[in-house]
Amino acid sequence: MRLKYLLSVLLAAGLSTAALANPYETTLKNGLRVIVKEDRRAPTAVHMVWYRIGSTDEVDGSSGVAHVLEHMMFKGTPSVGPGEFNKRVAAAGGRDNAFTSRDYTAYFQQVPKESLPDMMALEADRMRHLTVDAKEFAQEIKVVMEERRMRTDDNPQAKLFEQMNAVALQAHPYRRPIIGWMSDLEAMTAADAKAWYDTWYVPNNAYVVITGDVDHRAVFALAEKHYGALEGRPLPPRRQQVEPAQQGMRRIVVKAPAELPVLIMGYKAPILRDIERDSEPYALEMLAAVLDGHDAARFNKKLVREERVALSAGIDYDNTARGPGMIYLHGTPSEGKTVDDLEKALRAEIARVQSEGISDAELKRAKAQLLAAQVYKLDSMFGQAMEIGQIEAVGLPYQKLDRMLDKLQQVSAADVQAVARKYFGDDTLTVGVLDPQPLDGKPRRPVTATRH
Amino acid sequence: MKRLLTAAFALFLSQFIAHGALAGVKIEHWQTAGGTRVYFVESRVLPMLDVQVDFAAGSMFDPEGKSGLAALTRGILDLGAGGRDETAIAEQLADIGANLGGSADTDRASITLRTLSAPDKRQAALDILASVVHRPQFAAPVFAREQARTIAGLKEAMTRPDSIAGKAFWAALYPSHPYGRQATPESIAALTRDDLVAFHARHYTAANASITLVGDIARSDAERIAEAIAGGLPAGQASTLPAPPEKPKWNLTQLAHPASQAHIYLGLPAVERGNPDYFPLLIGNYTLGGGGFVSRLMKEVRDKRGYAYSVYSYFAPLRQAGPFQIGLQTKRSQAGEAIKVVREVLADFLKNGPDDDELAAAKANLTGSFPLRLDSNKKLLDNAAAIGFYGLPLDYLDQYQAQVQAVTARDIRQAFARHVRQENLVTVTVAAD
Repeated sequence: MRLKYLLSVLLAAGLSTAALANPYETTLKNGLRVIVKEDRRAPTAVHMVWYRIGSTDEVDGSSGVAHVLEHMMFKGTPSVGPGEFNKRVAAAGGRDNAFTSRDYTAYFQQVPKESLPDMMALEADRMRHLTVDAKEFAQEIKVVMEERRMRTDDNPQAKLFEQMNAVALQAHPYRRPIIGWMSDLEAMTAADAKAWYDTWYVPNNAYVVITGDVDHRAVFALAEKHYGALEGRPLPPRRQQVEPAQQGMRRIVVKAPAELPVLIMGYKAPILRDIERDSEPYALEMLAAVLDGHDAARFNKKLVREERVALSAGIDYDNTARGPGMIYLHGTPSEGKTVDDLEKALRAEIARVQSEGISDAELKRAKAQLLAAQVYKLDSMFGQAMEIGQIEAVGLPYQKLDRMLDKLQQVSAADVQAVARKYFGDDTLTVGVLDPQPLDGKPRRPVTATRH
Repeated sequence: MKRLLTAAFALFLSQFIAHGALAGVKIEHWQTAGGTRVYFVESRVLPMLDVQVDFAAGSMFDPEGKSGLAALTRGILDLGAGGRDETAIAEQLADIGANLGGSADTDRASITLRTLSAPDKRQAALDILASVVHRPQFAAPVFAREQARTIAGLKEAMTRPDSIAGKAFWAALYPSHPYGRQATPESIAALTRDDLVAFHARHYTAANASITLVGDIARSDAERIAEAIAGGLPAGQASTLPAPPEKPKWNLTQLAHPASQAHIYLGLPAVERGNPDYFPLLIGNYTLGGGGFVSRLMKEVRDKRGYAYSVYSYFAPLRQAGPFQIGLQTKRSQAGEAIKVVREVLADFLKNGPDDDELAAAKANLTGSFPLRLDSNKKLLDNAAAIGFYGLPLDYLDQYQAQVQAVTARDIRQAFARHVRQENLVTVTVAAD
């Protein structure tokens, strides 16, 4: 493809520092993998430690413990007092934070490059030596409850999404919210957090990703120095929890104080497991781009701009995960329209792809955007580290990131039409509706049309 | 909804509010033939170009009774321009992988473009940018649709405790200044297409613009590009500023809401961009509530008591005195107790300022983190555009670390005494018991 050729020429000319072997990787004796992507644009570095442990590994009654432990990771070790971690990062001119997802828990620091060794020392220390103090836990669990109130309980859209996932999935742990149910947080103890840490926080369940103005050989030596002495330990077996096939549509309504209704239609969708052999996840990703990849993509053009049935309409699909996949259509109806109208309109757009396919121009446009995005992503060192970390977290090799992009470029219009036909059946559909409630008792417009 | 999924799938340990602080780099500066200021940072590593065009056309220039005009004008600007309708613009940008964005805040209306720097793509993208800035259509049906969508969005926002609190906070801070005026469904409904056309004609002018370019082009190219953008604008004249805001009297606004958490904001109008007290305030505030996990507010409110997930304070200097703001959310039944703790922390800080260790820690972080402020083209663009728009010294970034180092504890106490007085403090709560 001509565009692609042009781009690789540009990239080759521009990125003189990016040698072919970059990123570089080594594995320490204790099983800890260290991945280094050299990027000499600015004298900074990103240091991330990823643990292959997330809310999906929790059990009923202990939802939220992965995330609570993430909070506790800042509460000190025998050699670094409570709150001292943040203090040392700040003193080094750094910024730090952490995040918990369904599939992983990750910790990061963005620092001037000189401070990288200090960051490695700090992360290595808390990888095996965390103190889970009961008093600290008692305060921190309250913080997490406040976080839940803020993110979910008082956020109607988040609440809808939480409850919808709990209905769309029945056996697989993705049905539980990452932050945990409130009652589970209320019942959680310091011992639960400690047990989680002791089980999962070991070097052989982690990997380190570093991007920035660094030399990979020096980083490998530093990794050996700081992380090398930590002992690995066999991990308990993880039980495969398989979501039984859905055999019929599910619907859920959530009432919450709001003005506007929200509609989410979630279909079970495939996940990329084999980068070479799988094809459907790529085709679904291109479908999403054609429907919602830019302001004149089909959803916005037809539903928002032309038919004006929606204030907004979109599609979300992440084709990488440890667990099962979903593809979500979502939107908010315009004034005078109902969620039923919007549901019909979204279905009509899918039906149009099913019957008529997509045009070559649409597909070409989506591919051009992807190619440009490959260049733009290099503007963020943090983003590059995230990309490596996330793909590794779901069990796919980061070395294949470019190959995944090639595969996306190979998707045909016929491939897109085929997945549109296959994955939007009612039997695997879960529909979630936010039914907005007045704050003060005033009646609101009906969310669904009255049926006679 | 993208946000919804991200929020649902990844929980961060904390949320930080950006300080809006800036930090050194080579910024080239010149004026176009018509007098528009241009700022350029050559960065050849990646084959891409960022361009930002800023106009003094933010909401502070909304005429009385027409709140929301600036935002709507900016919002519709790229939905049809020159000979292209909104679909043609979006499709042609997507075809070359370019992204057009931007928004309007209280002071500025911005149009941003990110494009590959290959000449064919770059030129196609720049042509669209120019037509959007020069000849927006403001087509009647597009205007009607976006007006309706804006009204719906405002009605939705008026059900959200954080939005309600934010609007009430600005209204209480600026009772008689445009910064305090808010768009309402009624004010938007009263706008006409002619209002947008007039606002665009008045404010989107060469005299009122600054242009910032960062990326893979030569100075000569940057000059040509800037000339083409500015050359198509009417000469115009600089927007006239309203009288500076007056400090409000101490007051408390309590609003009811069924949420489980109270949203609490405290603050007052503090300093404008370029105020010499900005550095002492910035450094002092690091200790008070700007330093993330290591601030006093975080320690007292979150770490010691578990009252809140997010608690912060910041100064947001604007064209005219922008807010100093403290914010937090807490379980509604403990709102009173949490406010008491915040007031105690603030009072103690105003009286005593930071101690020596705290001051040293603040300086270490603010100077040490300097390279992190400049390690992407996006960050360079943000910094250079702010320097340009607000007329900050061209060596602002070069001087940043020295400015930080020069501040003393006494400077901080005095600056806070000048700008953060209890008698002017405004408190807003939503959903507090």
